[in-house]
Amino acid sequence: MTTTYGPLAVWAVVLVVGALTFAIRYSFIYLLDRVSGVPPRLERALRYVPAAVLAALVAPSFVDPGPTVAATLLDGRLLAGVVAAGVAWITENMFATLVAGMLTLWTVGFVL
Amino acid sequence: MPTVPDGFVAGVRATLPLLLGLIPFGLVAGVAAVDAGLSPAQAVGLSAIVFAGASQLATVDLLAKDASLPVIVVTAVVINLRMSMYSASIAPYFEALRRRWSALYAFVLTDMSYALAIAEFTDEAGDDAPDAADQPAPDGGADGSGHRWYYLGAAVFMWLVWQLATIVGVVLGASIPESWGVSFAVPLVFLSLLVPELSDRPRIVAALVGGSVAVAGAAWPLNLGLLGGALTGVVAGVAVEGREAT
Repeated sequence: MTTTYGPLAVWAVVLVVGALTFAIRYSFIYLLDRVSGVPPRLERALRYVPAAVLAALVAPSFVDPGPTVAATLLDGRLLAGVVAAGVAWITENMFATLVAGMLTLWTVGFVL
Repeated sequence: MPTVPDGFVAGVRATLPLLLGLIPFGLVAGVAAVDAGLSPAQAVGLSAIVFAGASQLATVDLLAKDASLPVIVVTAVVINLRMSMYSASIAPYFEALRRRWSALYAFVLTDMSYALAIAEFTDEAGDDAPDAADQPAPDGGADGSGHRWYYLGAAVFMWLVWQLATIVGVVLGASIPESWGVSFAVPLVFLSLLVPELSDRPRIVAALVGGSVAVAGAAWPLNLGLLGGALTGVVAGVAVEGREAT
């Protein structure tokens, strides 16, 4: 899929996301004089942001609910995801994870 | 700057083992951006300005799906919110910096540069702890400035590598046939970032809830399944942590 947004919209997204990301990075470096650290409640919530966001990002790419349970489970993407997750768990290496996942996807696509 | 400070070189050197992860990630960021229909300039601009891989991939993914612009921006921001923790954690070490410099330091703050720098900062004797205030001016050559050169060396070098990897990805992306399914590399990269996060029960629950809600809401308008998943995941993580604490 390719975007149908024009250059202006895409550049606007780039600049706005860039500016807000910079604001996040600069936040406490800038504010240090005025506050002492992240409020504890916010810090507690922030701790779970990576796990929750990343899982929400990846899950729909691997799990595509089909008409039957078997069809859902026998999906090349899900199999590739499971293999890649195992490799990621063991190696904690992004490159190895990428290779394992892509190879599984290609193999399954070839076999099925 | 007559010579390159030692700390800067040490910082650059410290990044070398990380390049094995950084370079493929940057390649994917470039490939994905071109696949999503961004121009080469937009793809490289995204890497140069945002410089945060996960949010860049989410941004181009949502652009490709023609999600609404506010959803794209909010998603990218939510993904990057974790960096406020890095900002808070590292801020004491940058205290003596002038504003202009601290803005540059913030701009190149990433998961990797934070991880490297905080390990180095806290590794040294406690005398450099942030409480030992009264640090001299940043260029005074005292210990604090060595630390900051180390951070700058690591972070700026990674920024450069990120741009080069993106450019190579942009060039490659235009020539790789779609049938290879290279866009599948995007969730795989996220997966490799997710797995090490699952270090305790609240985080695992946060991920399970976040992922399940996102799958259930995959067809929701405006890609709200993603935001809904992220939000419920965080709430679930906090709730489990609260229950375990009591």
